[in-house]
Amino acid sequence: MLAFKLAVKNLAGAGLRTWLNAFVLSLAYVVIVWHSGLLEGWNRMARHDMIEWDIGGGEIWFEKYDPYDPFSYQDAHAPVPENWTREVQQGRMTPVLLTTASFYPEGRIQSVLIKGIDPAQSVLKLPADSMRTDEEIVPVMIGKRMADSNHLKKGDYITIRWRDRHGTFDAAEVKIAHIFKANVPTIDNGQIWMPIEQLRQWLKMPGEATYLVLGQNEKPASAEGWTYQGHDRLLAEMDKMIRQKSVGGMILYTLMLLLAMLAIFDTQVFSIFRRQKEIGTQMALGMTRTQVIGLFTIEGAMHGVLAAVMAAVYGIPLLSLQAVRGLKMPEGMDDYGVAVAEKIFPVYSAGLIAGTVVLVMLTTTIVSYWPSRKIAKMKPTDAIRGKLQ
Amino acid sequence: MNGHLITISNLFKHFPMGKGHFTALKDISLNFDEGEFTGIVGPSGSGKTTLLNIIGSLDSPSEGSAVVMGQDIATLTLKAAARLRKRHLGFIFQTYNLLPVYNVFENVEFPLLLLRMSAYERKKAVMHALEWVGLGDKTGSRPKQLSGGECQRVAIARAIVKKPAIVLADEPTANLDAANSHHILKTMSTLNRELKTTFIFATHDDKVIQYLKRKITLEDGKVAKDEMTAGS
Ligand SMILES: Nc1ncnc2c1ncn2[C@@H]1O[C@H](COP(=O)(O)OP(=O)(O)OP(=O)(O)O)[C@@H](O)[C@H]1O
Ligand SMILES: [Mg+2]
Repeated sequence: MLAFKLAVKNLAGAGLRTWLNAFVLSLAYVVIVWHSGLLEGWNRMARHDMIEWDIGGGEIWFEKYDPYDPFSYQDAHAPVPENWTREVQQGRMTPVLLTTASFYPEGRIQSVLIKGIDPAQSVLKLPADSMRTDEEIVPVMIGKRMADSNHLKKGDYITIRWRDRHGTFDAAEVKIAHIFKANVPTIDNGQIWMPIEQLRQWLKMPGEATYLVLGQNEKPASAEGWTYQGHDRLLAEMDKMIRQKSVGGMILYTLMLLLAMLAIFDTQVFSIFRRQKEIGTQMALGMTRTQVIGLFTIEGAMHGVLAAVMAAVYGIPLLSLQAVRGLKMPEGMDDYGVAVAEKIFPVYSAGLIAGTVVLVMLTTTIVSYWPSRKIAKMKPTDAIRGKLQ
Repeated sequence: MNGHLITISNLFKHFPMGKGHFTALKDISLNFDEGEFTGIVGPSGSGKTTLLNIIGSLDSPSEGSAVVMGQDIATLTLKAAARLRKRHLGFIFQTYNLLPVYNVFENVEFPLLLLRMSAYERKKAVMHALEWVGLGDKTGSRPKQLSGGECQRVAIARAIVKKPAIVLADEPTANLDAANSHHILKTMSTLNRELKTTFIFATHDDKVIQYLKRKITLEDGKVAKDEMTAGS
């Protein structure tokens, strides 16, 4: 208690250097909370969008389907089991049929993933109903990324060339009925959506599907040859990506903390050197070495407290403003392969803030204690005279 | 124990120096009693500070013994030495050594905080001590705002606030002008009379000498003279 009081007084009486140190340290607080909060916000948003646009309440894959192996798509299809007919009709799950194909934007040949989906589906937010048309020509829809990278517009005609289930090539012209805008790149890049019935005809696979997307909280009966994929599994890739991002962040925090710690360490060494006379006097007045070390350690550690207060003063308004307004993401972030909204709303949890405070306080205390141990080696008679060591 | 406040017998102090060592105190034997007002005088380098440091348990003898308030300085642990200083010894330094970030009140209060006195007791004792030295109206000032004489008076108040048995003062007037020197010496001799506190000075200031009751002269690390003086 005594040491604490003295430390506060010492710190209060100390000059610009203390404030600078505390400021650097407060930056560490703010950056750590901000960056983690941003990742958390991104994570939540990406999960939310993935669920709404792509994976619904989960998926059921035909056993031969491996999303990471496009060659598997050739055989990854089977008739939708009959015991799900009711669910499909009621819109509680919707089948998707996949095939690889080629198309010819601007005269070039390019491979593309064709996904057939029911225009009447309501499981996903995907605006499949934009493909309901009375026109002769097959309507398709693509995402904005796909449109931009291939210079396609709504109303454009493109030629698609595919192989049916027997390996026979065929081709048709389709019309882009809609270009949708979604944060989720996994339903966009290199993909063309079309009505599933049309695709079934093309491929000669009536009533078949590659996978089915479930509505929220749907738990259909199991069927031979089909496996259920929950959110854990379907979001694993994205979680991994976010985790990699947080490792990147960790390096940033470590550097910031290191910088702050270096400043505090230096200040501690300097202050112990400069205040030898004070240390000697305190010993002469009856303080034990342990008490003096404690005093200097607490004094150094108080930087952490001061920094927390400073961080709160400018960090709380700054970060809450951002949590409300969101952070505009730079273009080109799409390349990450994870859903990126134009704006991310950071999420700061109590655990994140408490964890950051503990981390910073702990490192500050250690870095303050380290140089203070030098005091134990001082002879009070030398210290009083301020003799150099 | 033989009844003396401080008993020094056949004390030697060696300092390592090059390959050998330098002997700063040679075969010192002295006693000090309650209520003394004693000066240790002698030329520079004669060992005054060294002797005072040993009495103050800030340093320890190389040979012989120094027993202060029944405690043998040579065998005290660091912790026990700190306790002895905390309870029974007051220090006054040539350079005042006030703690710069504390104001006058807080500087004087410091030794009482170490003794874990209650806030009420502390306040009473601090105000009392500051009145003795005539600084009752400067409690809120910082050392930087005070003159040298005022600083040394704060240091005196800090040394006597806990009513220690012994106050050790190393060249307390060396940085002060004549008027201030006399002022603080008068203050200290009054305290000596009223509180029976033993004062031991190291000094080569003639102004101090006229206030002393006893004068011990060191020469080359040895006691050259030990005489009672008129005192003031
Ligand atoms: N820590 C030390 N290491 C080596 N020699 C020392 C040490 N402390 C004191 N000495 C030597 O011991 C001798 C006595 O020193 P001391 O400081 O006691 O003298 P003093 O009488 O107080 O002198 P002054 O009047 O200049 O203050 C000096 O020669 C000094 O150089
Ligand atoms: Mg000296």
